[in-house]
Amino acid sequence: MIDLNMSDILETIHMIDEENLDIRTITMGISLLDCADSDPKKACDRIYEKIVRKAEHLVKTGEDIEREYGIPIINKRISVTPISMILAASGGDPILYAKALERAAIEVGANYLGGYSALVQKGFAAGDEALIRSIPEALSVTDHVCSSVNIGSTKAGINMDAVALMGQIIRECAEKTADRECVAASKLVVFCNAVEDNPFMAGAFHGAGEPDCVINVGVSGPGVVRHALKKIPDANITEVAKLVKNTAFKITRVGQLVANEASRRLDVPFGIVDLSLAPTPAVGDSVAHVLEEMGLEQCGAAGTTACLALLNDAVKKGGVMASSHVGGLSGAFIPVSEDAGMIDAARRGCLTIEKLEAMTAVCSVGLDMIAVPGDTPADVISGIIADEAAIGMVNSKTTAVRIIPAVGKKPGEELDYGGLFGQAPIMPVNTASPAKFIARGGRIPAPLQSLKN
Amino acid sequence: MRAVITVVGKDTVGIFAKVSTFCAERNVNINAVSQTVLEDLFCMMMQVTMDTSEVAFGEFADAIKAYGEENNLAIHAMHEDIFNAMHRI
Repeated sequence: MIDLNMSDILETIHMIDEENLDIRTITMGISLLDCADSDPKKACDRIYEKIVRKAEHLVKTGEDIEREYGIPIINKRISVTPISMILAASGGDPILYAKALERAAIEVGANYLGGYSALVQKGFAAGDEALIRSIPEALSVTDHVCSSVNIGSTKAGINMDAVALMGQIIRECAEKTADRECVAASKLVVFCNAVEDNPFMAGAFHGAGEPDCVINVGVSGPGVVRHALKKIPDANITEVAKLVKNTAFKITRVGQLVANEASRRLDVPFGIVDLSLAPTPAVGDSVAHVLEEMGLEQCGAAGTTACLALLNDAVKKGGVMASSHVGGLSGAFIPVSEDAGMIDAARRGCLTIEKLEAMTAVCSVGLDMIAVPGDTPADVISGIIADEAAIGMVNSKTTAVRIIPAVGKKPGEELDYGGLFGQAPIMPVNTASPAKFIARGGRIPAPLQSLKN
Repeated sequence: MRAVITVVGKDTVGIFAKVSTFCAERNVNINAVSQTVLEDLFCMMMQVTMDTSEVAFGEFADAIKAYGEENNLAIHAMHEDIFNAMHRI
């Protein structure tokens, strides 16, 4: 007789059909270190050839698994070695590399390709500054390429020269694509403590310590967690945490299954499962609604940070046992434009940038997909980056800033991306100037790892 | 490989016959069946083996889903491992 019972089976089907359970991404990490060449054009050809060879079957394999297991796999993505490293060895115009990556992504049918990146937490090496200065152009002439820059870490401190530069670069990205909802800025992440095995965009890159080729998987499922919590409206918080843990375990087991299967079929080693609650703008797939289900009138209310801390921790505790290797960003994401509940809270003024900043101290990443007024100066953006990086540096966690100056728009208006990127209500920013602080340059020294109060 | 087929829909005459005939025509072997009617809702779960079938499982899953839609039934055919992963430690 069947050793599964009907209610278990129906629960799984219900999670997929009604509660938006999905695998958010299968991301193939590909090392490009062996593609360097003294001729930049040859290096670009080798990059294109290697990506296409390795990822040839990625999309088809993802679709096959999707059909056979009945679980949607939303994105098939690629992450590559930070291009600044290849640029350092091969030289030439960085845009050539961006175009090679774009061609490769289109050829294999990947949704996004991340790794137009530089790691400058301690300073700029050869290739880094040229790559960073090319980011606005690279992201405006490509659709699939994503970029990230790591400007700080707990061990190195914060590179304030890079912080100052990134404020300008983000503005340039927005200005160059002002006629397309400033989309280039949405494909650029500024990190502190960036991880090398992140499967999520726009911040994915394939770190130097990774194998030649690897499969990383990011799961999702805020809708499933919210639905589970609905069943215990009066339970105490201990029970809430336990239920989130149990639910995260189930979600992650599916992620691990898909990761194993993709790894086997593609004959590429399995890297990690990213234990993430990644929202989408779809109704019923919101992290903000999970927090509201815990008892907040609206996300952003007093208590939001505490609820998010509980959620983030319980997701990790449940997920860790369900997966053989955990990595990436792992935790709850709070991208404002990609979360129906956050969009709603931001529109009503209940959720502010300052509250989001506090939330990032206890959750997976950082200030994510936030639109700010188009006239926000570069040094204010740099100030926001510095604050966010400081939270990550001191707390030994990844933090990030993906902020979009909405050129020509003011608070009350919105950027509308459609699809997974959703709508970004423009949030007011405190514009008191940090210009002098940002202009100083230099480095914030790495923090003490003891005396932790 | 083993798969689980679930069938949910308004109870009418012949649902079991339709689904089992659909499987038989494609040489899909039924190992076990569990079925009940809750109020007037027909719920059935079948465990099947695909090894004898020449149809690729992905195609079979798409076809039986479409067949369900034609007959006002929600039919899912999914690899058994997804349920084992989620509900068995």
